[in-house]
Amino acid sequence: MYQILKQILKTGIKSETPPQGDESLRVLEQRLQQDILDVFGGALAIRMVDAGSCNGCELEIHAVNNAYYNLEGLGIKFVASPRHADLLLVTGPVSRHMEVALKRTYDAVPEPKLVVAIGECACDGGIFCAADAGENYASCGKVANVIPVDVAVPGCPPTPTAILQGILTAIRTAK
Amino acid sequence: MPIKHPNLKLTRLTDAVPTWAGEIAVENLLEICRQVRDGGGRLVALWGSDARELRGGFMLHVTLINETGLVCLHVPLPEAHPHYPDLACIFPAAARMQRATYDLLGMHAEEAADHRKWLRHGAWHSGSFPLRKDFDAAASRTDEAEDYPFVQVEGQGVHEIAVGPVHAGIIEPGHFRFSVIGERVLRLEERFGYTHKGIEKRFESLSLQQGAKLVGRVSGDSTVAYAWAYAMAAESIAGVTPPDRALWLRALLLERERVANHLGDLGYLGSDVALAFGFAQFWILKEQMLRTNAALFGHRYLMDSIMPGGVAVDVTAEAKRVIAEECELLEREAATLRGIYEEHAGVQDRYIGAGRIEPKLAAQLGLCGMAGRASAQAWDARVQFACAPYDKLDVRMATYRNGDVAARVIVRFDELFESLRLVRQILVNLVHEEEATPALEKLPPNGFGIGLVEGWRGEVMVAIHTDAQGNLARVHPHDPSWQNWPVLEHAVIDNIVPDFPLINKSFNLSYSGQDL
Repeated sequence: MYQILKQILKTGIKSETPPQGDESLRVLEQRLQQDILDVFGGALAIRMVDAGSCNGCELEIHAVNNAYYNLEGLGIKFVASPRHADLLLVTGPVSRHMEVALKRTYDAVPEPKLVVAIGECACDGGIFCAADAGENYASCGKVANVIPVDVAVPGCPPTPTAILQGILTAIRTAK
Repeated sequence: MPIKHPNLKLTRLTDAVPTWAGEIAVENLLEICRQVRDGGGRLVALWGSDARELRGGFMLHVTLINETGLVCLHVPLPEAHPHYPDLACIFPAAARMQRATYDLLGMHAEEAADHRKWLRHGAWHSGSFPLRKDFDAAASRTDEAEDYPFVQVEGQGVHEIAVGPVHAGIIEPGHFRFSVIGERVLRLEERFGYTHKGIEKRFESLSLQQGAKLVGRVSGDSTVAYAWAYAMAAESIAGVTPPDRALWLRALLLERERVANHLGDLGYLGSDVALAFGFAQFWILKEQMLRTNAALFGHRYLMDSIMPGGVAVDVTAEAKRVIAEECELLEREAATLRGIYEEHAGVQDRYIGAGRIEPKLAAQLGLCGMAGRASAQAWDARVQFACAPYDKLDVRMATYRNGDVAARVIVRFDELFESLRLVRQILVNLVHEEEATPALEKLPPNGFGIGLVEGWRGEVMVAIHTDAQGNLARVHPHDPSWQNWPVLEHAVIDNIVPDFPLINKSFNLSYSGQDL
C-alpha cells in the first residue's frame, strides 16, 4: 500500500484542460433542446459500438479514459448497456454483419439520444471502400448510411482531443 | 532443404526470412503436413486463390514453419468442385481457416469435422464467393441472416450465456456463447466474422502503395508489424533489399509498437482485477510514448511509416536523445509497477492459475506468439529467423511455462524490458546514411512473396501474389489471432465467468485481424 501511495504522489496530476467544441464537425442540425443538453452536459453516459473498425479508433477511445484527458472528470463515462446511454460513439465502416446489431443498439438507447461517428471510416467508409461507391460487398460504408449521425469526427484514428471535442460538440447547442 | 518428399520440388525465395515455395499435388498434401508436424513444425496460414484466368482451376496455399524456416505449398485444385483433404486433423488451427476459405472461394475441405460457415453471416448468399474473380457483389447481396448452429451442452443445471456482438466494454465485436453451471464455465464457443469488411477483395483494386496503407489497417494495434510484413513480401518479389538504415528504423518502430501495446495491456490487466491504480499508471506511460511517436514520427500509432522499399520516417540526433531518455523513464517506472503487481496479494490471487494452457495442449493446438511463449512454446521470429537487423541484435526470448494469466503478465513484462534494451541498441546502430530510400514503384509480373514479422501479439504473415501485369492479384494478411482464438476456448474451461474478461485480456487477440 505504501508503494502504491508513494507512486501516486510521485506521479502527480496529469489531467489537461479539455478542448472546446467544434461546430464544423456537426452533421445534423441540433436535434435536442438546450434544457435537455444541460442535463446531459452534467452527466453523460456513452455506449461505444465498434461496427467494423480496424481497432485503431478503439485505441484512441481507450486513451480518452487515461489521466491526461480525464473523461470521467468531465462527468462523462462509458456504460455497459445502450439502455443506460445518452450517446452512441460508433467506429468503423459499418460491416454488413454489424448492420442489424448497430440498428438494434441504436433503438435500445432511450430518447433523447445522440450519435457521434468516430474516425475516417465512420465518416465516409475510409480506405476499406472505393471512394466512388462508399461501400462494398461486406461493408455498408459510413455510419450515417445506417443510423442518424449528429457529429462526425474524421482522422485515422482521430486523436483523443478530437474525440473529446466531438463529444463536447454533440452535447453543446450551436451558438 | 526444410522438407524432403519425392514429389516436392522447393525453390528458395529471396526472402529476409528463410522461405521456400513449391507446388505439390493434392494427394501428397496430408503426408507432407504430417511430416512437418511430427518434426515439431506448425501451420502458419492457409488461404486460397482463384487461378482460373492464369492457369485454370483454384489454388490452395499452405504455409508451414519448422526449425529451418517457412515453406509455402501451392496446391492446384480443379475448377469444378475444388476440394482438398481436411488438415485440421493434423493442425487443429486449420479448421477456421478452411471454413473461411470455403466462404470466400468455395474451396472445400473434405471430411472436415466442422463445415459451418465462418466469415459469412448473411451479407452474401451461399453459393457466391467474394474472392472469385467473377464475383458479382450486387447479385449476391442478401439481407437474410442465416441461423448459426451453436454446439448445445445439455444436462441438469446447464444454461447458456450469450454475449455480443456488441460487448460491454470498449472492444471489437464478436459473439461468445458460454455454457455454464452456476459460475463455472463448461464450454465456450466463439463466433466471429462481424467485422468482415472485405479487406482481401479490396486489395485487388489497389496499387502497391495503396495496399501498404490498407495492410496497416488490418489490425490497427499491429500496424507496424503488418506494414513490415507486407513490405518484406513485396521486396522479396522484386528482389530488392532496403538500405540498412531503413531496416534499423523498422526494428525501432516495431519495438516501440510492442512496448506501447504491452504497456496498455498491463494497465488493463490491473483494472480487470480492480486495481484501477495500475490502469492509471500504465496509461500515463503509454500516453507519453504515443505523444513521442506523434512528435517524432507524425503518428501516434506509427501508421504509414513503413513502405515497400524502405521507410517514410527518419530520426534526428535530437530524436535519438528523446527516445533514449524515454527508455530510461519507462524502464524505471515499469520496474516500480512490476514490483507493486508482484507483491499485491489480491492481484496475484486473481492471476495465478487463471486461464491455464499447459505446454502440451499449447503445442497440440499451435498456440503462438506472446501467449505461446507463456506456455513454453519457444518460438520468436526475431530469434529463430532473425532477419536484418535482428541478426545483429541478439534478442533474448521471454518464455515461461505456467501458461496462466500470471505467466502471460510475466512474459509481457520481460518483453517490455527486452524491447527497451533493443531500442537502445538500435539507436547506437542507427548511423547516418546519405542514401535516400528508393520507394518500390511496381512489382514484377506473376510473382509470389511472403513476409513474416514477430509483432507484439505473435507472427504476422503477409503473402502477395501478382498478376501478369504486376498488379496485386491476391494479398493474404494473416494474424496470429487465427491460431490463438480457438485456444482461448480451452483456457476458460472450468474457470468462473467473471474471470473471462481477465483471461481474454491476457491474450488480447484481434477480431479485425481475423475477420478481414
